[in-house]
Amino acid sequence: MDFKDTPEEAIFRSEAAAWMAENQLTAEDKQGLSRLDVAKLWQKRKYDGGWACIGWDEKYGGRGASAIERVIWDQEENKYDVPSRFFVIGQGMIAPTIMAWSTQEYCDQFLPKLASGEEIWCQLFSEPASGSDLAALRTKAEKDGDDWVINGQKIWTSGAHYSDYGMIVTRTDPTVAKHKGLTAFLVDMKAVGVETKPIKQLTGDADFNEVYFTDVRIPDSYRLGEVGQGWQVALTTLMNERLAIGGGGAGADVPLAMKIAQTVSINDRPAIEDSAVRAKIANFHVQEAGLKYNGYRALSALSRGDLPGPENSIGKLVGAPKLQDIASFCMDLLEEHGALWGDDLDFMAGAAQRSYMGAPGLRIAGGTDEIMTNIIAERVLGLPQDPRADKGIPFNEVPTGN
Amino acid sequence: MNFEFSEEQLMLREQARGFLAQHCPPTRVRKVFDGEQDYDAALWTSIAEMGWTATAIPEAYGGLGLGYYELAIIAEELGRAVAPVPFSSSVYLATEAIMAFGNESQKERWLPGLASGECIATLAHAEGAGQTTAKSLSAALSDGALTGVKKPVADGINANIAIVTTAAEDGSVTLCLVELNQDNVERSPIQTLDFSRGHATLTFNNASAEALGDGTVTWSAFEALLDRAAVLMAWEQLGLADKALEQACDYAQQRYAFGRAIGSFQAIKHKLAGMYVKNALARSNAYHGAWALASNSDTLPLAASTARVASIQASLNAAQENIQTHGGMGFTWEFDCQFYYRRAKLLSLAIGSERHWQDRLVTALEQQKPAAA
Repeated sequence: MDFKDTPEEAIFRSEAAAWMAENQLTAEDKQGLSRLDVAKLWQKRKYDGGWACIGWDEKYGGRGASAIERVIWDQEENKYDVPSRFFVIGQGMIAPTIMAWSTQEYCDQFLPKLASGEEIWCQLFSEPASGSDLAALRTKAEKDGDDWVINGQKIWTSGAHYSDYGMIVTRTDPTVAKHKGLTAFLVDMKAVGVETKPIKQLTGDADFNEVYFTDVRIPDSYRLGEVGQGWQVALTTLMNERLAIGGGGAGADVPLAMKIAQTVSINDRPAIEDSAVRAKIANFHVQEAGLKYNGYRALSALSRGDLPGPENSIGKLVGAPKLQDIASFCMDLLEEHGALWGDDLDFMAGAAQRSYMGAPGLRIAGGTDEIMTNIIAERVLGLPQDPRADKGIPFNEVPTGN
Repeated sequence: MNFEFSEEQLMLREQARGFLAQHCPPTRVRKVFDGEQDYDAALWTSIAEMGWTATAIPEAYGGLGLGYYELAIIAEELGRAVAPVPFSSSVYLATEAIMAFGNESQKERWLPGLASGECIATLAHAEGAGQTTAKSLSAALSDGALTGVKKPVADGINANIAIVTTAAEDGSVTLCLVELNQDNVERSPIQTLDFSRGHATLTFNNASAEALGDGTVTWSAFEALLDRAAVLMAWEQLGLADKALEQACDYAQQRYAFGRAIGSFQAIKHKLAGMYVKNALARSNAYHGAWALASNSDTLPLAASTARVASIQASLNAAQENIQTHGGMGFTWEFDCQFYYRRAKLLSLAIGSERHWQDRLVTALEQQKPAAA
C-alpha cells in the first residue's frame, strides 16, 4: 500500500497544477463580480484552456480524461477558492443523462455550453407530494400535436432562479403503474409559463425554489428516451448524483473541536482534559478518518480502472449526521457563547453554528438518511424491499392521503 | 493511490478463509465451549503448520519474513472464525515484544519455537481490577527472581512462556521473560466469559526470570508495543464484526414474521445497515492502521488507536445486534450468536478498553501539529 500517484498520474497532476497556478483569477478579475459571475468566468477560462469537464469527449469541450484524472483535477482545483457548485448539477448529473438519452444534435448543441459555463441547468424532479417517493410525481405532460404541454409544480429545485435549462420528469400516463407512466424532457427555463419562486430556508438563505409550470409547451424532440421510460432516464441522473454530490465539504470538524476544547475550560481546567470530551472527540475522529480512508479505497479502485465498491455509499449517511453532532458538541463546549451567530465570531468565524444550521438540509438533500439506509440494506446487504401498497396498481388508484 | 492489498495478499486471505472454514467451523468452536479443553490444540498445530505463527518473524529466526499486511489478513480471518487459539497473545503481543526488545540470544532462543508454534507465549500485564499503569505495577524482578501476581493472563494456562511487566524506576517498565513450567510459578485457571481461551492467574514466587534486552524500557516504548498489537487486534475484531453481520443478514432473510421476511422491516434492515456502516468505517481505519504498522509510520499511535476504537465499537455493536436480530433463539446456548458476543467483549477488554484507546487517540491528536487556522 502507498498513497502515491502512479508515474502517469503524477505527470497529469503536475500538468494540472501548473495550468491552475498560471491561470488563476486575480483579485482584479473578480472585482465587482457576483459569486455566480466569478464562477462563470473561471469556468470559461477552464473551457478555453481545455480543462473544463475533462472527462468528456473532446468534441464537447472535454479531454477524455479517466476517472482518476478527474479526481486529481478536483483535488488540485480544491486548493483554490473557486466557486463550482453552480455547475455540479448540469455538468455532473444532467450532461451524462443527455449523453445517454438524447440525440446527437442536442449533445452538440447543449454540452459545449454546459462545459463552458455559458448555460446553467437545473434538475426538476421533486414535487410537494413526491420526495423520497420520487416516482409518485404528478406534474403532467400531455401530447398536443408535435408538442407536449406541461402543467404542475416542482420543488427544492436548486439554482432554478439562475438556470437556463432544466431536466424535468413528468407523468404522461396516470392509468399505468407508478414507475411506468413517467417521461423525461429537457425544458427551457425561460419559456412562457415557467415561474420560479425562491424558498427561504431555515438558515435564511434561498438556494432552491418552487417552480410552477402552466401550459408550458415543449417540442417532442426535447423528450429524453421513450414515452414511459422516464424512470430509467431519472435513474441515470440519480446514479450520477452519488458521484457529483459526495465529497466532504467545509464546516465543523475534529480540528475545530480540538481547537475549541484546547481553548475553553471545564471546571477551571482545559476542556480537552475532560475524559467525556476526549471520548466524544475520539468517536468523531473515528468517523472522519473512516470516511477519509474509505475515499482512499475508492480512489484506489478508480486508479486501477474499476468502479468504487458499495462502501462508498456511506459518505453522506455518515458525514451529514456527524456534521450535525460535532457542530452541536462544539457549541456545547462554548456554553452560552455557542448561541452567538455571525461571521466575526472566534473559531473559524462561527463555523460550528453555521454547520449546525446547515446540517439538517444535508441529511435530507440527495436522499434522506432513511433512504440512504434503505439503499445500503437492499443493494449492499441484499435484504428484501418493503412491501409496497402502490405496487402494480394504476397510479391514479394509489391511495394518497392529503 | 494504491490503498489496498496486493493480489498475493488477497490470495492469502482466500486461502486462510478456506482453511478455517474447513478446520474451524462453528461446530469445532462449540466443542471447545462444551468440552474440557480450554483451546483447540489440534487447530493450533495446523495453523502453525500453515506458517501463520511465523508470518512476521524474520527468516533468520525461522520465520517467513512476510509483513504485517499478511498478519492483518490472518488476524481478520481468525476473528471471523472465532478461532479458539492463543494467536493474539502469542503472536501480536509476546512475539512482537521479543522482536522489539529482546537481545540477540533471546531472539535466537525463542523466536524459532514461536515461529513453529511449538512454543506458546503470552503477555502478563494486568494485576487485578482497573487499569494497570507504570505506577500501579507491583510485580518486580530482582536479581533474576520474579515476584508478583498477574491476573487475568489470557492464554496463561496454555502458554510455555510469558512476557511479564514489572515495576522499574522513573515510570519505566521492565519486561521479563519467564518460563512458566517451573516450580516457582503457580498457575491457576480462571474462567472468563470466553471459554475458549484458557485464562489464568499467574503467581510468581521468586520465579527464575530474565529481563528482555537491556532491562528497562520506557513506558512509551511499551505503549508502542501495544499500538502494534492494537492494529492486529482491530483486524481480528473486524473479521468478527463482519461475520456477525453476515449471520444476522442471513437470519433476517430466512426468518418470517407477519407474513414476510423480517429483513424487509425497516426496524431490522436499518439496524443491519447501521452495523454495515460501523464495519465499513472500521475496515477503512484498519487499512490505515495496517499501513502505519507495515510502514513504521510516525502516525502509528493515531492510526492504531483509531483502528482499535473503530473495531471495538463495530464488533460490540455487531455482536449485540446479531443476537437482537435473532430474537429469543439468539439468546440460546444452541445458537452460535454467543460466540461473537463473548469474543467481541473479551477482545475489547484486552490491551486496554475503549476508553483507554479513545484517550490515546486524543493524545495523538494533541501531539499533531495544529492545522493552519
